[in-house]
Amino acid sequence: MYEAETIDIAVIGGGHAGCEAALAAARLGKKTILFAISLDSIAMMPCNPSIGGSSKGHLVREIDALGGEMGKNIDKTYIQTKMLNTGKGPAVYSLRAQADKTRYHEEMKHTLENTPNLQIKQAEIAEIFMEDNHVAGVVTTSGALYRCQAAVLCMGTYMKGRCLTGDNITESGPNNLMPATKLSQNLLDMGIRLFRFKTGTPARMNKNSLDFSKMSPQYGDEEIVPFSFTNSSEEIKREQALCWLTYTNEKTHEIIRANLHRSPLYGGLIEGTGPRYCPSIEDKVVRFADKTRHQLFVEPEGENTEEMYIQGMSSSLPEDVQIAMYRTVPGLEHCEITRFAYAIEYDCIDATQLKLSLEFQDYPGLFSAGQFNGSSGYEEAAAQGLMGGINAVRYLDKKEPIILRRSDGYIGVLIDDLISKGSKEPYRMMTSRAEFRLLLRQDNADQRLTPLGYEIGLVSKERYDALREKERLTAEEIQRVQSTTITPAQKTQELLEKYGSTPIKSGVKLSDLMKRPELDYIKLAELDENRPMLPLAVQEQVNIQIKYEGYIGQQMKQVEQFQKLENRILPEDMDYETIQGLRLEARQKLNAIRPHSIGHASRITGVSPADISVLLIYLEQRKRG
Amino acid sequence: MIQQADFLDDIITAISTPIGSGGIGIVRLSGKGCVSLADTLFQGRKKLSDKPSHTISYGHIRDPKTGEIIDEVLVSVMLAPHTYTKEDIVEINCHGGMLVTKRVLQAVLDAGARHAESGEFTKRAFLNGRLDLTQAEAVIDLIHAKTEVSRQGAVDQLEGRLKTKVREMRNDVLDMIASIEAVIDYPEHDVEAETYQSMEQKSVALKEKMETLLSHADRGKILREGLQTVIVGKPNVGKSSLLNWFLEEERAIVTDIPGTTRDTVEEYINLDGIPMKIVDTAGIRETGDIVERMGVEKSKAYAKQADLILMMLDGSRPLDEEDKEILAFIKGMPALVLLNKSDLAQELSLTELTDYLPKGQILPISVKCSTGFDALIAAVKEMFFKGEAATAEDTLLGNIRHKNALLRAKEAMERCLVTIRTRMPEDFISMDLQEANDALGEITGDVANEEIIDRIFTKFCLGK
Repeated sequence: MYEAETIDIAVIGGGHAGCEAALAAARLGKKTILFAISLDSIAMMPCNPSIGGSSKGHLVREIDALGGEMGKNIDKTYIQTKMLNTGKGPAVYSLRAQADKTRYHEEMKHTLENTPNLQIKQAEIAEIFMEDNHVAGVVTTSGALYRCQAAVLCMGTYMKGRCLTGDNITESGPNNLMPATKLSQNLLDMGIRLFRFKTGTPARMNKNSLDFSKMSPQYGDEEIVPFSFTNSSEEIKREQALCWLTYTNEKTHEIIRANLHRSPLYGGLIEGTGPRYCPSIEDKVVRFADKTRHQLFVEPEGENTEEMYIQGMSSSLPEDVQIAMYRTVPGLEHCEITRFAYAIEYDCIDATQLKLSLEFQDYPGLFSAGQFNGSSGYEEAAAQGLMGGINAVRYLDKKEPIILRRSDGYIGVLIDDLISKGSKEPYRMMTSRAEFRLLLRQDNADQRLTPLGYEIGLVSKERYDALREKERLTAEEIQRVQSTTITPAQKTQELLEKYGSTPIKSGVKLSDLMKRPELDYIKLAELDENRPMLPLAVQEQVNIQIKYEGYIGQQMKQVEQFQKLENRILPEDMDYETIQGLRLEARQKLNAIRPHSIGHASRITGVSPADISVLLIYLEQRKRG
Repeated sequence: MIQQADFLDDIITAISTPIGSGGIGIVRLSGKGCVSLADTLFQGRKKLSDKPSHTISYGHIRDPKTGEIIDEVLVSVMLAPHTYTKEDIVEINCHGGMLVTKRVLQAVLDAGARHAESGEFTKRAFLNGRLDLTQAEAVIDLIHAKTEVSRQGAVDQLEGRLKTKVREMRNDVLDMIASIEAVIDYPEHDVEAETYQSMEQKSVALKEKMETLLSHADRGKILREGLQTVIVGKPNVGKSSLLNWFLEEERAIVTDIPGTTRDTVEEYINLDGIPMKIVDTAGIRETGDIVERMGVEKSKAYAKQADLILMMLDGSRPLDEEDKEILAFIKGMPALVLLNKSDLAQELSLTELTDYLPKGQILPISVKCSTGFDALIAAVKEMFFKGEAATAEDTLLGNIRHKNALLRAKEAMERCLVTIRTRMPEDFISMDLQEANDALGEITGDVANEEIIDRIFTKFCLGK
């Protein structure tokens, strides 16, 4: 072992969590090194070639609003973009973009390289160097000691990674990269609990071997909405690539059923817990036996490659079975597989060992983020990476950690769920997990979080001022709309008729007309003579805030109630074992998770309302004693 | 959604006098704003908010919905901090008995108060620094008391049946939510979105189920307000004598002429601890006599509503057509057949009777000799405390908290219907449904979030 360098923060892993953590730490002025087994895998997308989607798009926008990088990077490298769910309410609009994977990696790597205070280094970390139970450094497999005060674990799926295709098992990380083999044991020796999780990815094929005449094309949106609030659609507009839709059929399913015994999952070779969120095609065929077909999206991996990703058909069946089954699909009859589908097993932590700041309860200075925490998905990883990086910095600065609440954003929901429930399978974000969904929209992520990003120091003054200006314009326009009356003139009735809306008998407030389901702010523009010219983002806010006023108000009341419990902070040094009146299960759970607040405690499975009452009484006793 | 209702500083209320005893019932409110809440119901010379602390005002409680006066009351106003809970407290002293006190409580709940948990006033007193530290343990015991009590006895049985019913509803709500959420979270999957029509149909059905259960709750009683019992039988088999035996006084006119008891007679009795409200009917008999005809119709109507039907037969005579008609009418209802005059020679064939109802529900009795009553009492207890009684919903919603939760679920379903009918996007429908689901969950004790996600992945084949 030799003394290599002394830095502030070490980030272990260069995936989506690692990149955000390292950038945040460096941008906040800390001397940071990002360690990755291969620098060619920085911000690699080993699975689907897209960023965003339902609820994941929300996460990206929140990352951006706080001053993270993912949104900017996908805006630079997207090859198709789409706003999903536009037929539904604004709360569930979700942005999704197809990425050029190589360029995504290149751009991110380049950003890291050009960030002051940040180094990237190709090395595998074997050990967390502890002094007095505090993080004091990290040690590479080659014996270099980098002294630091905090480390963020972002190892993704590399830890003791094992890839399976039938009975062919390779000790490897994703995409045949080297796994991290040493650190797991070190963490176990420290006393950290690990789980074994599983996930998978479908095959890639050469585009030239596919027959697209048998598939239906999937286009991107004409109106482009950038992920980053700092970009405008004109700035990032470019030619978009096509995706394709095709389906499996009974023949595909027959082949799968006939070969199930050769699947490591059904043959018992896989021990890890797989996600329901991205089931393999074997799983789909077994669990939904009555479905005669499953849809597949064929998506480009980038512009400078002919490789296509077969979304919907991940598998761990042997290669020969894969060839046979893929070739039953219309359009894939003559497919040339460039990379076979595989399942991957890896070590991850039981996230209930963490605090909401993502720091380990028992190891000051040691933070953990991303898929290694039991989540799944690039966006979930990046969101945690950002928070882990921010809180590592605050740990060094001896400041209170930044903890987002469930009412602040999807990031808050994500981390709260991971830490209080612990996941039994890779955790995927879903809009249905957010109880205050209507307030946590992708369109208002900046209003919700940019002030905080500014306070943290990741958002510039200009950006913060621009947000304030947007809010001012929105408030003014809402007031104007609320005091504008529309008269039952000929023109009015004609317009109402055009949209199938009932004519009005007397003067009606413009804001009330907007609330009719068939009308909105834009549609009523003609009748609104004094309407000022406003940026699109402002118009959107005015529309949503007026149109859904009642529902939004209802939800804000719920949040108010919710906050009361969140504000009752539980001291960190509570020993729940000694509290009289708590049920045994509650004592154990509370001692393991050590909740941040009464609200947090109430979400832990196994803690009953009666236990919460006991806690309240205990808190009071403590205060007085 | 998070279960948090129990730990807020909102207005709580409960009847603070023991249930079922004493002439005066006190409805207590505690929490900031409880005085103005009481003002929305109270009608007196002065508004309660204008009264000084620790004073009593005379007036009436009015149902704000109907304007009807519920009770004549005395209301104490005690302002923080010199009160039991150290919060503002209002105590409404009701005089009209249990039923009225409960209606006052309901009005307070309707006005926005929340029903207090067991021990919650004391808990607040403690948390607000009113009680001594040594009392903390006692408070904890109080909190646990509720769960301990409900672990045993009949209460638990009733709750179990209610939960089964509510779980069924919740199941339907969850299915609807899962369908909506699956489409939202997997927008490009070929999951078929449920149509507005189908969602409307399901919501209407659910709302109706809730209304049915609630309507029974308004009659809701058994343990608290008495088992509605009706005595039926053809004329002159001893119905009024039975009632009189119960009452141990001669109130109904008892003669040997068939059809003397023209109208119905209602009496409250306590049968070895079971509160019963007994209705004696004129003989159920097809007859041309107009006066008696009215009585007969009424009897049938009473029988239909009753929790328990006691049918009297004269054991000393064989079954005739009239008996059979009544037997046919009560078939499938919660009934006991009493074979009266068991002191005389028995002419009635038991095998014929068992065509109509099981043997366990047939009891020989002699009102004249006071025999067979122990068996009757035992049979009633068996029916109502071992869950055999077919009174279905009536008994289920005794708990006012449950009733309120169900009411909130119903209101959420009403909002849901408006959302559906105005063709709002599906995620708004889901918001209303989740509220209904949360409210139902308060009754069943289930928490929603993971359930919805589990349901999505069980029902639909999703994922990349």
